[in-house]
Amino acid sequence: MSKSNVTSSGADHGTLKSYIIGFMLSILLTVIPYYLVVEKSVPTVTLILLVVAFGLVQLLVQLVFFLHLNTKSEKGWNFQSFVFTALVVVILLAGSLWIMYNLRINMMH
Amino acid sequence: MFGKLTWDSIPWDNPLPMGAVAMMVAVVVIIGVLITRAGKWSYLWHEWITSVDHKKIGIMYMLVAFVMMLRGFSDAIMMRLQLAIASGNEGYLPPEHYDQIFTAHGVIMIFFVAMPLVIGLINIVVPQQIGARDVAFPFLNSLSFWLFFVGMALVNISLGVGEFAKTGWLAYPPLSELGTSPGVGVDYYIWSLQIAGVGTLMTGINFFVTIMKMRCPGMTLMRMPIFTWTALFTNILIIAAFPVLTVTLALLALDRYIGTHFFTATAGGDQMMYVNLIWIWGHPEVYILILPAFGVFSEVVSTFSRKKLFGYTSMVYASAVIAILAFSVWLHHFFTMGSGANVNAFFGIATMIISIPTGVKIFNWLFTIFRGRLKINLPIMWTLAFLSTFTIGGMTGVLLSVPGADFLLHNSLFLIAHFHNVIIGGVVFGMFAGYSYWFPKAMGYTLDEKWGKRAFWLWVSGFYLAFIPLYALGFMGMTRRLSHYDPSTGWQPLLLVALSGAVLILFGVLCQVTQLYVSIRDRHINQDVTGDPWDGRTLEWATSSPPANYNFPFTPVVEDRDCFWSEKEKNNGQRPKETREYVDIHMPRNTGAGVIISAFSLVFGFAMIWHIWWLAGLGLLGMFVSFIRRCFETDVDYYIPAAEVEATEKLRVHNV
Repeated sequence: MSKSNVTSSGADHGTLKSYIIGFMLSILLTVIPYYLVVEKSVPTVTLILLVVAFGLVQLLVQLVFFLHLNTKSEKGWNFQSFVFTALVVVILLAGSLWIMYNLRINMMH
Repeated sequence: MFGKLTWDSIPWDNPLPMGAVAMMVAVVVIIGVLITRAGKWSYLWHEWITSVDHKKIGIMYMLVAFVMMLRGFSDAIMMRLQLAIASGNEGYLPPEHYDQIFTAHGVIMIFFVAMPLVIGLINIVVPQQIGARDVAFPFLNSLSFWLFFVGMALVNISLGVGEFAKTGWLAYPPLSELGTSPGVGVDYYIWSLQIAGVGTLMTGINFFVTIMKMRCPGMTLMRMPIFTWTALFTNILIIAAFPVLTVTLALLALDRYIGTHFFTATAGGDQMMYVNLIWIWGHPEVYILILPAFGVFSEVVSTFSRKKLFGYTSMVYASAVIAILAFSVWLHHFFTMGSGANVNAFFGIATMIISIPTGVKIFNWLFTIFRGRLKINLPIMWTLAFLSTFTIGGMTGVLLSVPGADFLLHNSLFLIAHFHNVIIGGVVFGMFAGYSYWFPKAMGYTLDEKWGKRAFWLWVSGFYLAFIPLYALGFMGMTRRLSHYDPSTGWQPLLLVALSGAVLILFGVLCQVTQLYVSIRDRHINQDVTGDPWDGRTLEWATSSPPANYNFPFTPVVEDRDCFWSEKEKNNGQRPKETREYVDIHMPRNTGAGVIISAFSLVFGFAMIWHIWWLAGLGLLGMFVSFIRRCFETDVDYYIPAAEVEATEKLRVHNV
């Protein structure tokens, strides 16, 4: 978002323009993976990775345009909370995968 | 019609639980009769049960915690007695009963003693420390408490109706799966923790918002008292960690109820994933408990040394580092699971790193005491006992964080000694310090020092006698959750010493009960009219004891850390005469919605445990309808007229 719209209470409520941009991007990011799946022109593994990637970008688009995540609203606390959440999620997912993968190698072979 | 529930679900022929149930029922009936005779039901309903006042909710949390501590402690004494006897024989407890006792002991002590002590103190203290009139969502606070209460009630119902889990306090599969635990014990475990856990999560959100949004003017983050800081980190950890517990238990419930295979031993399930997930919650949980205790010690040390806290900034950052690292060490609870050397080394080192910010805190407290004019009262005595005890526990923890050493010590009594050393020496001593420190603020009179000191010495000496032998027993090869052993092991003498320690703690607990009784009896002698019995430094001591329901007649304006202290210095210890015009105060109205929704959740939980599907549906519907009704309630607030505020405040000045 180019211009932040922070109200007196500190929360950001966005503009009509930002909502429309977010809406268009969301549609685009849904239509492309749908088309890829229907066309079946890409190998399966690549397809899955692509769909996941589009999903992640979509997640960010919705956070920024609909949930007004930026570095200014609520004195930056929204953004800090998001970074912390993302950090915890990454630690937990990466850690769990690493642990369970090593476990599998050590215990199953 | 009644699912699995039959007349035989009640263990009529088992004298021990039946005796305990009879006693509990008798106590409840006696209390009920006493309330009826005093005609206090209406008062109780309007002033306490439906209250949204954070101070009253905090007091109710503390009350439940102390009652449950008696239950959890009875379990502890029974285990110690069993192990002291059971050398070469079965002892007096059959293994299947013994298994329920150690499971109930762990679950109760963590979820229904330590958690409510922590949340109770946060409730009483945090809004006052930040100059607020209540929490951000007062109704949610009431709902949180009553959901927690329902979880506690389910654990206690399991004593008389059915059985409790026999799986250990974390209910590892495959033991907790349907094939190996076909009874309702694990279901009691799942639903009591799920319902109480929802309450805890809402508390976390509530206090996070309260601390972020409701601080009085001038109360910048770096002017917040350390207890509020640690409460903030604890609530962040609750928000991040408790959903993991909810999901993990939900997956286990799916395995048990609809036959999925997330954690089963067969059909592609992986029980190790449960261990991984439950500790992703379990390790932050340790810090959820200990951080507020660190906060209490920071307040107590600086008040009783009559100095500002040494290293305030480093204290804040140490807490922040602990809160983040809390999420990077969970594997040290299962080094022996077999993830290999790389993984173990990473998590072992991460664990050792946590001792650095913790060490920073210990030195900060020591340097605050250094050259302070220390006043020896109960809160500081618990703090001093904590400093030594917790340091020992912390060092044995670093020992356990070496994966190689852990392979020897895993699941031995050494581990049991270690975590009791940090949880009793850290969390429990911390909560006792906070209890004696803020009791006058919450109740309006100080606790009796004489009985408190007796309790202190019995608790501390009893603790060392009860747990230091367990370190040695761990090295001698004794594992946890063992109900009897062979005399040739040579364990019995040390177990007798441990029993004697537990008996000393028993006397300590009795002294605490006496202390409470004596304090209530002598409340007029020990009355705290000033609202500031310890010559405190932070904002909560500026209110009266107990505070009026609006806490502050005027929203305070803060210019300093330790703002109450600097204000007292500015006015030479005199309270300046109030010259401002009183105004109406906007307050939330009490509501029965929290207790009603929770009552339906009790029905729902009980019905799910016993597979009474129609009743479960009814409970769920009741929760839903009563919640929707609350949403359409419009009369949720009121104004206290300025005249009433003025009268209350004038009376207070008059009493001083």
